[in-house]
Amino acid sequence: MPRTRREANGRRRPYGARSAPYGFLAPAVVLFALFFALPVGYALWLSLHKVDVEGLGLGRNARTEVWAGLSNYTAALTDAELGQGALRVLGYGAIVVPVMLGLALLFALLLDTERVRARAFSRLTIFLPYAIPGVVAALLWGFLYLPDVSPFHHVLGRLGLPRPDLLDGGPLFLSLANIAVWGGTGFNMIVIYTSLRSIPAEVYEAAKLDGATPLQIALRIKIPMVVPSLVLTFFFSVIATLQVFSEPTTLKPLTNGISTTWSPLMKVYNDAFVAGNVHAASATAVVLAAATFALSFALLRASNSRAKQQGSR
Amino acid sequence: MSTPTLPARRRRAAPAAGTTPGTSQGPPPRRRAALLPTAALLLGALYCLLPVAWVLVASTKSGTELFSTFTFLPGSGLGDNLADLDAYRDGIYWRWMGNSALYAGLGAVLSTMVSAVSGYALAIYRFRGREAVFNVLLAGVLMPPVILAIPQYLLMAKADMTDSYLSVLLPLILSPYGVYLGRIYAQAAVPMELVEAGRMDGAGEWRIFLRVGVPMMSPGLVTIFLFQFVAIWNNFLLPYIMLSDDTKFPMTVGLFTLLAQGSSTPALYTLVITGALLAIVPLIALFLVVQRFWSLDLLSGAVKS
Repeated sequence: MPRTRREANGRRRPYGARSAPYGFLAPAVVLFALFFALPVGYALWLSLHKVDVEGLGLGRNARTEVWAGLSNYTAALTDAELGQGALRVLGYGAIVVPVMLGLALLFALLLDTERVRARAFSRLTIFLPYAIPGVVAALLWGFLYLPDVSPFHHVLGRLGLPRPDLLDGGPLFLSLANIAVWGGTGFNMIVIYTSLRSIPAEVYEAAKLDGATPLQIALRIKIPMVVPSLVLTFFFSVIATLQVFSEPTTLKPLTNGISTTWSPLMKVYNDAFVAGNVHAASATAVVLAAATFALSFALLRASNSRAKQQGSR
Repeated sequence: MSTPTLPARRRRAAPAAGTTPGTSQGPPPRRRAALLPTAALLLGALYCLLPVAWVLVASTKSGTELFSTFTFLPGSGLGDNLADLDAYRDGIYWRWMGNSALYAGLGAVLSTMVSAVSGYALAIYRFRGREAVFNVLLAGVLMPPVILAIPQYLLMAKADMTDSYLSVLLPLILSPYGVYLGRIYAQAAVPMELVEAGRMDGAGEWRIFLRVGVPMMSPGLVTIFLFQFVAIWNNFLLPYIMLSDDTKFPMTVGLFTLLAQGSSTPALYTLVITGALLAIVPLIALFLVVQRFWSLDLLSGAVKS
């Protein structure tokens, strides 16, 4: 809590100590105002306006921005394409988030197992995809999926098995999900592993004295203790999933299975920069942001009440 | 939020002395490796290396070998592929790499500076509005890039700055996550006593920050720098929206446009593959080099003494 004015004055401080934090924070505040607050305000403004075209839309004053009320929003919310995109992304997220976090938790627990070998090597290698841009990751996997190049197709062909098109229909979801899982598991693993390492040693000693097996320790002690970091990773994974853009955009040139409005974010891009309707695009973006915020707050509340139950700090 | 526990206890550092009743005394018997967990971890490592191994092999193939030979069989065209990539549009690929290095390098330096000074201020000083400022900055983490990208583009257009280096650089300098990490590191690493001592000696606040704060926060600052470097190096959406002049593209947007063209002229595929290989080399190298100077754990905001 900030102390009261009297306390602050009562304490002798050299000149500058009281104004210093404001000076130190000035760059961040200015940048925030210019590149976060102003754009958000502008997006809201845009979403509530539309372009009125007079006549053929030619000439200087033929196009004017007029108040649109909530019409952009009703259009966005009733847009079938956006709804389908949202459903696709939810389906995609339903694969990505559990698989990625499940693997991250599994690898973190394995790294934390006693007597495990190649610990440093595995940790660094599983983390490695974090350093590879989403576009490059999608590109690499895209080639591994491409029928003429794919080793999977090669092997399946040799075995005389049917070769599914990994870039269309149902398999496409798995293919895209695999790219996200590949790219995100390592980072989440590190977050969970870090919180595993901060569990006090006495807890394990007590459990061992009680005759608990390593598996029981993992299930009954380790996993419950890392729930807060699981909530955190879940939270960030869901947000990232809702905003999937670069991977499907990168795979698009390789397949007809991905439309320009495959994910909601791709639709926003398409509306704004291909169709040139920034007002509709802004309304869609605001709807997506609102959905993200609602989800975030729900998750944060759930995790906070959980933390209170555990009585940590 | 993973709250930092300070000092974090490292349980492996202090094994209990072998005096516990009911356990055998003396040195423990030679311990067997845990085979199953090790095998599972190596399997995970293999999965993570698969595309990297593939691109290493594929970049050695000529255009015809790419489609005719088994994928994991090395080809004979690496030299030609590199020469082709180098010759493509007068070496524009190197320009993309240079641009990426510029955006990520300069952006990460500036971002680290802003994160350090803001995090330090939020951790060290008690002042009116501290929590409000922190919470508002942190809310930026939740701000989807999509809601920012369109108005950022339009505002940049009004300022006549789209399609410039600055349009990609400026919006990325402030990183809410960086400020959050900066505050945690400053809280954990900068003792108030030293700040007070600096004041006693008559040092100004800025000088104390530079002489006391920055050196003590340096491991955390390395982490913030790397985090920001990777985030900007990997960024796609912002430059994709802001830039139309391909000489200003970073490597991600450049490779994407090359792939998009490649779908009509598959001869470009070998260029894309060779380009992808070269694109991941610098970051892997960076990670291996700086491994000694930073701790992966710091990335999750956990601070150890």
